[in-house]
Amino acid sequence: MSAAEEVVAEGHQAVEAVPKRAMTLGTGTSLVVLAALVIAPVFVKNFIIFQMTMLLIYGLAVLALNILTGGSGQFSLGQSAFYAVGAYTTAVLMEHFNINYALTLPIAGVVCFGFGFLFGQPALRLSGVYLALATFALATAMPQLLKLNFLEHWTGGVQGLVVTKPDAPFGLPMSQDMWLYYFTLVVTIAIYIFSVNLLRSRSGRAFMAIRDNEIPASAMGVNVALYKTLAFGVSAAITGIAGSLGAIAVQFVAPDSYTITLAISLFLGMVVGGVGWLPGSFVGAAFIIFVPNIAEGISKGLSGAVFGVLLFLVIYLVPHGARQVAIAGKSES
Amino acid sequence: MELFTNQVLAGIATGAIYACMALAVVMIYQAIDHLNFAQGEMAMFSTFISWQLMQWGIPYWGAFVITLVFSFIGGIAIERILFKPLAKAPVLTNVAGFIALFAIINSSAGLIWDFTIKQYPTPFGSAPFLGSQLISTHQAGMIGVTVLLLLGLYFFFQYTRIGLAMRAAASVPESARLVGINTSWMIALGWGMASAIGSIAGMLIAPVVFLEPNMMGGVLIYGFAAAVLGGLTSPFGGVVGGFLVGIFENLAGTYIPGVGNELKLPIALALIISVLVVKPAGLFGRHIVKRV
Amino acid sequence: MIAKTLRPALLAVAITVFASGAALAQKKYDAGATDTEIRIGNTSPYSGPASSYGVIGRTEEAFFKMINDKGGINGRKIKFISYDDGYSPPKTVEQVRKLVESDEVLLVFSSIGTPTNSAIQKYLNSKKVPQLFVASGAKKWDDPNNFPWTMGFLLDFQTEAQIYAKWLMKEKPDAKIGILYQNDDFGKEYLRGVKDGLGAKASSMIMMEESYEVSEPSIDSHIIKLKAANPDVLMIFATIKSGAQAIKRTAELGWKPLQIINNGASFVSSVMKPAGFENAQGVLSAAYAKDGADPQWNDDPGMKRVYEFLDKYMPGADKTDGGIIHGYGVSQTLVKVLEMCGDDLTRANVMKQAASLRDYAPDTLLPGVKINTSSTSYAPITQLRMQRFKGEKWELFGGLLSRDAQRE
Repeated sequence: MSAAEEVVAEGHQAVEAVPKRAMTLGTGTSLVVLAALVIAPVFVKNFIIFQMTMLLIYGLAVLALNILTGGSGQFSLGQSAFYAVGAYTTAVLMEHFNINYALTLPIAGVVCFGFGFLFGQPALRLSGVYLALATFALATAMPQLLKLNFLEHWTGGVQGLVVTKPDAPFGLPMSQDMWLYYFTLVVTIAIYIFSVNLLRSRSGRAFMAIRDNEIPASAMGVNVALYKTLAFGVSAAITGIAGSLGAIAVQFVAPDSYTITLAISLFLGMVVGGVGWLPGSFVGAAFIIFVPNIAEGISKGLSGAVFGVLLFLVIYLVPHGARQVAIAGKSES
Repeated sequence: MELFTNQVLAGIATGAIYACMALAVVMIYQAIDHLNFAQGEMAMFSTFISWQLMQWGIPYWGAFVITLVFSFIGGIAIERILFKPLAKAPVLTNVAGFIALFAIINSSAGLIWDFTIKQYPTPFGSAPFLGSQLISTHQAGMIGVTVLLLLGLYFFFQYTRIGLAMRAAASVPESARLVGINTSWMIALGWGMASAIGSIAGMLIAPVVFLEPNMMGGVLIYGFAAAVLGGLTSPFGGVVGGFLVGIFENLAGTYIPGVGNELKLPIALALIISVLVVKPAGLFGRHIVKRV
Repeated sequence: MIAKTLRPALLAVAITVFASGAALAQKKYDAGATDTEIRIGNTSPYSGPASSYGVIGRTEEAFFKMINDKGGINGRKIKFISYDDGYSPPKTVEQVRKLVESDEVLLVFSSIGTPTNSAIQKYLNSKKVPQLFVASGAKKWDDPNNFPWTMGFLLDFQTEAQIYAKWLMKEKPDAKIGILYQNDDFGKEYLRGVKDGLGAKASSMIMMEESYEVSEPSIDSHIIKLKAANPDVLMIFATIKSGAQAIKRTAELGWKPLQIINNGASFVSSVMKPAGFENAQGVLSAAYAKDGADPQWNDDPGMKRVYEFLDKYMPGADKTDGGIIHGYGVSQTLVKVLEMCGDDLTRANVMKQAASLRDYAPDTLLPGVKINTSSTSYAPITQLRMQRFKGEKWELFGGLLSRDAQRE
């Protein structure tokens, strides 16, 4: 900052300010959505239950990115790395140490929190495209780290690890898929409530102050360094838990599952859902799961192109994502 | 010692690829103030166009010039049609647009030209350069073209009215508008130039890595890394960054025991990040002061 | 009078009823098969970084269209349902579950990739759905005891590598070997195969093992490292792009080791030609299928049928793409299996028939290479021949080499 050749940047706020009330759904809407999520599995095939489970899991991962970007204004293209760490933590604990799947979730969360917090340290000094590159680097490095020879005994190397799917406990008469869905639903709701409260808390206000402008935030006494790394840690922890659930649902982990493509998908999910709007995370997750299927239904040879066109249509119609639709709906009613 | 020299020379040769791409990255950053993830794919598509022209019997330099013009107009068209409507949308929405563009170009090229790799000619030949088998005349030619482009860009941005206007439009759009610069067209022009530079990069890279729809996938990350290392605002920095990344990557792969070879890209990226932590604007970039 | 004419008529009716009853009794179906249709599921990477393999799925689709145009299999049309998995294992799981639970396919056929198939293997075996002719060269698909519902197709990479190793031990017993391999499941299978093949001599013969990442734009640095170690044999286990780069760079560096390249990177048009024919002289490889770009097969009856099919059903396709040859051969083999099933289209019978192929030779395999399977051997292709690049084509040499000979 002391260099003579200085350029003043203005209007470079990457993430627009979202008031904290606008970050959630009203109580009525929430209850309707919740009821639908609880009842739906009874009426559909197992594979649709599986898709719904994946929707919740990707929704959680997008939500985690939303806390980081929408909450604290830091941008990450490296969420697939945290997702992978969570998934491998669960897979290794379940398959090598016979630890119950439910117990591996908090462990994965803690491991990823530490990982994210550490990564947040150098990331502190970076912003904008520099942070994007750093996180992008993390995402490209992760599959290579997982393949390393000396880790092969634990990670299964390039072959990956097969994970056993848990049965419903207490002899409950439901399929593995349905049980896993309800299990995931409970975890998702818990994390969602935690996230909403986090953003409403003192820490959440600190995140948003940093997002809107770091300098006045620090002038007001916000410990910018601490809260920025904290946001990274929390985001990584939630992503890691999503990764754990993903490993159990898919019953398989391999380096090829956690490439940069996953990080980009999660990013798209956040944009489509609306940056900073937590319920939108699940809309975004639906987008990244179902729109590729729609695209290949339209044209197999050009599925990538059709996906790109659909994505363009969505961002033209609602450049602020699903949040825009929700806000428009609210102001009309 | 011979191995060391060889790896450095090979690093320079590979670095020329990254440097070339980094120039296109710097160009677009100067114009729109962020990175275009579809840049590599645009370059790949241009290269395919030139290949197709040559298949139709047009000689190399003819195809080269037509492709350059096509890419320039194509870049402007993409901005006018696809990204101008997003001008008021948030930055992250624009990034999503780049990803969409990436998918569209990659998938269309695959459908039109198939995914099999194709041989691509070089105008410089591939004989050893100055007796060194490590750098071929093609790679030497590539370094030469990169340096020429660099000089051209330097003069363009420092001494031409339009170059200055473009810089002003990207970094301080409001003030630029106040002094009468048509910022919207400056952005389109930037897209056109970045696309044209990208097409040169593509046509120079293709003889080394072979032409196929995914040829730029690996190159783009190095191009970004090189540009960021050198400082996104400096064409010179981008080129130096390209060579440094190429050399460092080879040395890390050769001399770091155990994991060096498997992790040479992550190690190179980690080094860049460490540099950024010390010098947040890159080696040659201008510092940016934030205002409240 | 009336009775006399009626009697034969009644008899005829009775016979018809009886016969059709018997036929009904013989016809057995699982989900995905009816009197008029057989549903076959598949996943392929039509988008994403591995989309070059998507051509296999497209060839299979065209092949089944040809079969349907010719009347189908025992009167039943094939409905080929192929989904894009982008080479991402979680997506493969989603798509395969859709195929099995929603589209209710009889079997999953020729899904592409090792990690993707690993992700669905356990699921398909627990559901007892055939995972037939997996498009991957990993050895693990030949494991009928643990995974009776999974069967591979290709000669596995380890065996191929062992054959090279055995050949070297015999022809060049004092060879100093450098190995360049892709750092993934595919490259590591080859590496393991070479070490197994060399046995106790592996540590003394292998001078350097150098891996590269598939995402690296240029592999120059690895070639220079290998050259510095100065082995006299360079084994290249790569995909097409890096394989072509390796051959080209070795020549450009003025280095002339004996080169052995894996079958998957030995295509004339997509590897040898881009690498430069002058650089590729004397390179060794092995093959079990014919190369669509090789003029020596122009008058081969089998390849003539392949070209006719391509002209009619895939006009404009690149005939020289190895994926097309694979897609054709594997589809033809599936049609053979379904014909053998007759009217017993249960999943169990599909596996039983797939494991009962005897000396079957699809149009695309080299003369002499035949498919044989049994309840203890789930590896359809087990033979190959060595070949040497000369001029602009591969020249076969030596006799048929088989996996079983390697095992002894």
